[in-house]
Amino acid sequence: MIKTISMNECVSLIKPGMSIMVGGFMAVGTPEHIVNALVKSDVKDLTLICTDTATECNGVGKMVVNKQFSKIIASHIGLNRETGRQLTTGETDVQLVPQGTLAERIRAGGTGLGGFLTPTGIGTIVEEGKQIIEVNDNKYILELPLRADVALIYGSIVDKAGNVFIQKTTRNFNSIMALAADLVIVEATKLVEVGEIDPHLVMVPSTLVDYIVDMTVLEVE
Amino acid sequence: MSRNSELKEIIARRVAKELKDGYMVNLGIGLPTLVANYLPEDVDVLFQSENGMLGLGPAPEEGFEDKDISNAGGQPVTIVPGGMYFDSSYSFGLIRGGHVDVTVLGALEVDEKANIANWMIPGKMVPGMGGAMDLLVGAKKVIVAMLHTAKDRPKILKVCHLPLTAVGAVNMIITELCVFEYIDGKLTLIELINDSKLEEVRTKTEAEFIVKL
Repeated sequence: MIKTISMNECVSLIKPGMSIMVGGFMAVGTPEHIVNALVKSDVKDLTLICTDTATECNGVGKMVVNKQFSKIIASHIGLNRETGRQLTTGETDVQLVPQGTLAERIRAGGTGLGGFLTPTGIGTIVEEGKQIIEVNDNKYILELPLRADVALIYGSIVDKAGNVFIQKTTRNFNSIMALAADLVIVEATKLVEVGEIDPHLVMVPSTLVDYIVDMTVLEVE
Repeated sequence: MSRNSELKEIIARRVAKELKDGYMVNLGIGLPTLVANYLPEDVDVLFQSENGMLGLGPAPEEGFEDKDISNAGGQPVTIVPGGMYFDSSYSFGLIRGGHVDVTVLGALEVDEKANIANWMIPGKMVPGMGGAMDLLVGAKKVIVAMLHTAKDRPKILKVCHLPLTAVGAVNMIITELCVFEYIDGKLTLIELINDSKLEEVRTKTEAEFIVKL
């Protein structure tokens, strides 16, 4: 099965009203070329799930500046003033989630769990409106799974079947997001033949990946 | 060096003494990051960075940055021999799971009940909690490292006014004036530093505290 698509095809898959998960931490490990193409496409009314909104000129922060999100679920927005502005004016529905809870909600969404119990946020506004469950005299918040229509993830090396290796600290949310979306698109920094990636190093199995955007070809173009 | 940076160096130097050989340590952004500069030579610790690495090393020399290795502020860093990388779920498994021996964070307010507020000022600044809530709940020991007052207003209060980041989570507070520890749940002054006087600490602290110098 040929999974490689052009950037235009990739962009055409993202439609108004969709929810997208985007990998990366302060834009490190964000599929930056796909994000740039989405800025150009100007698709609006998206829901973003990403650990932060980077800065005004990095990663998904550029899409925030371009007002492409009606809702943002993130753990930190402090380094992008535009996100703060949109939160304050109410233009965008911004939901702040503790980072560990965000990671685990995505993992739960991708691994068939109905939720999980975490002590994080007990006694703070994070627990408001949520079910509190006591186990062995300790209080926990029941946090629910999170999924998206599309996950846009970054790959340092991807093989033609879609196996993904994500190096160093670019891995962050990328590998777990690949489990939690109906459609998974990987931006391949380098594309290799099947078998060229040591199986120990495969962090996302090929069967989870629907499409590959091959940057080596696009950069030549 | 400005007066404030001098004071921050004093705080960082004192915090570093709390780090013991073999610890896994997570340092917050800002003042806490300075602690790494004052680690005693005979103490080996591994710094955990919540964005996905253990064994955080110093910043690279200019021109030798690797864009794929960053700290939790997105700045380029290095990894030490014996370090490792992991995904965000594993990273917070380490944090919530009690595997981080010490976390050092800044604060806007701390109170008598070891509550801490450091993630938002309603109507003014809502940066988000990032990993702070998980670190406060999960780390074995929480050290707040901060200037004693903000524009001469006490930050160590009877009760926090700002939205809390965690309840009863703080173990120790280190400022440019002194060290407080919560002993049997009570805020206790255990050390004066930088030639400060007890009277000055009393004036600049709103919270009630026990003195055990």
